[in-house]
Amino acid sequence: MALEPRFEYRDVRVNGDGGPIVTGFCAVIPPEGLTVIVGPSGAGKTTLLRLLNRLDDPDDGVVLFEGRDVRQYDALELRRRVQLVGQTPVTFPGTVADNVGGDTGALLARVGLDPSLAAREADRLSVGEAQRMALARSLALAPEVLALDEPTSALDVVNKAGIEQLVRELADSGLTVVMVSHDPRHAELADHVIEVHPLNREEP
Amino acid sequence: MTLMLASSGSALSGPVTLGDVALSVSLVAVAVAISAWQRLGLEADMTVATVRSFVQLIAVGYILSYIFNGHGWLTVLAVAVMVGVASLTSRSRAKRVPWSGAIALAAIATATVATLGVLAVLRIVPTSARAIIPLGSMIISGAMNTTSLVMSRLRDDFASNRREIEARLSLAQTSRQASRPWLRSALRSGMLPSVDSTKVVGLVALPGAMTGMILAGASPLAAVRVQLVVMYMLLGGTAFAALVAGHLTTGRLFTDSHQLVKSVRRVP
Repeated sequence: MALEPRFEYRDVRVNGDGGPIVTGFCAVIPPEGLTVIVGPSGAGKTTLLRLLNRLDDPDDGVVLFEGRDVRQYDALELRRRVQLVGQTPVTFPGTVADNVGGDTGALLARVGLDPSLAAREADRLSVGEAQRMALARSLALAPEVLALDEPTSALDVVNKAGIEQLVRELADSGLTVVMVSHDPRHAELADHVIEVHPLNREEP
Repeated sequence: MTLMLASSGSALSGPVTLGDVALSVSLVAVAVAISAWQRLGLEADMTVATVRSFVQLIAVGYILSYIFNGHGWLTVLAVAVMVGVASLTSRSRAKRVPWSGAIALAAIATATVATLGVLAVLRIVPTSARAIIPLGSMIISGAMNTTSLVMSRLRDDFASNRREIEARLSLAQTSRQASRPWLRSALRSGMLPSVDSTKVVGLVALPGAMTGMILAGASPLAAVRVQLVVMYMLLGGTAFAALVAGHLTTGRLFTDSHQLVKSVRRVP
């Protein structure tokens, strides 16, 4: 590969309560385009994503961000640059504008929301709208990487298609986008695919 | 019965003898009978509690009269033992908080030293064993309840709201910022009982210190003044305990890298 990878997992092991969730995991996430981490539930996909912004640390092995161990970065600085958006959108008290901050109108437009939603109470949004608002809130921090955990799993078919298209657009706009999904169809959206398989154990 | 309220004032007509205490056990017998009749299954507990309270309080009585008879240096030891026992109790109420024993010790000791210190420095109460030990015991038990409540409440709230907390952390908030709403509500719930009891004092219940003084023959106004000092002292002590316990617990439930500790993340 010509470019230095954005992320690299080197021999990563993460322990759960009843044994490792992932072990000996190696993979590379290139800087450009959309990388989809795909696999059945219980394969440790979310865990792998959480290592990228250090909500979690590996029990063994390292995760490199631009060639350096993620643990060498200031955690807050790393999280500003690597924005993780969870599976079900979290809305904070207040309006959409309170949640998103920055240039709310432009950010809402970028994620396909009507800028007039800015004044609405965030907890009155539909799940699909809230998911887009969560993306806008992350984009407000001008990150280099977007890490998305099953961003469509809580959505109906129409909203799913909309978010998939948005994810594709964000990846094409120059962001590194990493998306975790149990939907094999999402591999077709991707520029790079990382397949993960469950270990031989019961996942809680 | 010797325990009678004189009609002219509120004082016992003489000291309560051990015989009188024995007679008052008849009330326990009534409670045990009710429990057996209603099949509450509390008879054994009540009997144990009665025996325990007798043994414990008689022992404390002897210890206190020993201390009051000029062994003032024992005052500090007695307060320290009370703080220690309270910390152990508080620790057992919040086992799932890492270092809960040390947190409880810091919170209860701070509340006790700061509150008694203010009372002593401003010469509101004398620094004699007779004042320090009963006041200390009230502060310590109040601080203990607050500390247990704040520690377990924070841990439970962090566990049940970890999605929202981690969403905040992911937006590059510090652990202090991300946990602030739950810290605030834990501090409130730790302090509210003493705020509420301060509000309704005298309306709902005559508090223990005042009742005791009136029974012992003090004038109601003198009893009220002591009770006011006790209430304000308890408010202050609770605030100190809540603050110290809240901040130390939050510190222990996050890593230095602003991550929730594993025990909070993994527990359902």
